[in-house]
Amino acid sequence: MKPRLLWPLGIFLVLVAFLAVGLGLNPREVPSPLVGKPAPAFTAKALAAPERQLSKDDLLGKVWMLNVWASWCGACRDEHPLLVAYSRSGGVPIYGLNYKDKREDGMAWLQQFGNPYTDSLFDPDGRIGLDYGVYGVPETFVIDRAGVVRYKHIGPITPEVMRQKIEPLLRQLNA
Amino acid sequence: MRERAPRQGLLRRSVQRAMVVVGLAIACAQASGREAEPVSANPALEARVMALAAELRCLVCQNQTIADSHAELAEDLRRQIRSMLTKGQSEREILVYMTQRYGDFVLYRPPFKTSTALLWAGPAMLLALALGTLAVVLRRRQRLGNDAFEPDTDSVSDDREAAPDAKSG
Repeated sequence: MKPRLLWPLGIFLVLVAFLAVGLGLNPREVPSPLVGKPAPAFTAKALAAPERQLSKDDLLGKVWMLNVWASWCGACRDEHPLLVAYSRSGGVPIYGLNYKDKREDGMAWLQQFGNPYTDSLFDPDGRIGLDYGVYGVPETFVIDRAGVVRYKHIGPITPEVMRQKIEPLLRQLNA
Repeated sequence: MRERAPRQGLLRRSVQRAMVVVGLAIACAQASGREAEPVSANPALEARVMALAAELRCLVCQNQTIADSHAELAEDLRRQIRSMLTKGQSEREILVYMTQRYGDFVLYRPPFKTSTALLWAGPAMLLALALGTLAVVLRRRQRLGNDAFEPDTDSVSDDREAAPDAKSG
């Protein structure tokens, strides 16, 4: 075959390669500009106790996870057992961000499915969520001792994500 | 009877289609009915909010701007834009605010930087490549002698005569 006849085939293969890569990507996973930057400051009331205030500065000096959840969110229920198991096994504290929820609904949900959170921040109008670039629930952030966001996971955490991404990172941050 | 059966099917299908159209129209009417959310009494401000909202992508339904989208997030972001404009912040500041939280992805017109260079220059490069190829091919053909091409035939009339034959056969 003449080499010039191979040109269209070559171009076609390049296109196929681009499409194959493109189809493998998840367009829902928008890279967060927050990774590598200081976590946005917040001051929030605790879900369980409206009189108690929590702020980002209270959490400086430890590695922690921020898990955005809501009682109306079905996918949160999928990842919840994993978080409960993780919190029982020790590990870093998980703080919940109860996003656009009603206080009594959120508390009932934790009662029913277990509470893996050291504390949950109550964010009924999604203001803290907006600062964290939350556009769906659940989302999970890993924040280091200096208060810098090191990782963001969009969607429910799966055992694979926990094992391959989050746990190695936490080990490294805690080292 | 044999003849009528398919026609009934056709009738039923067109009735079904009409019903779908009516259903969609009702759904759309309801959707636009939802649009009446509390807006400020100031139409000039509202126009600025919507102009800015049309520059921002809704991250829930990614092919819509937050001006078009009915997603809750889009409503939140429109409210945020409105309150920031009311506080006297500029369009530029609001775009920076949104980009800090959601990344360049939120901008419907992404900025030109190294990570987006291919996105912006790609179409122009492809066009240049195509025009270049065309020029080379045409020049090559120009240099060929007449004997390299098949002689012109009166092909139009030939085709027309051939057509009925092909059909009957």
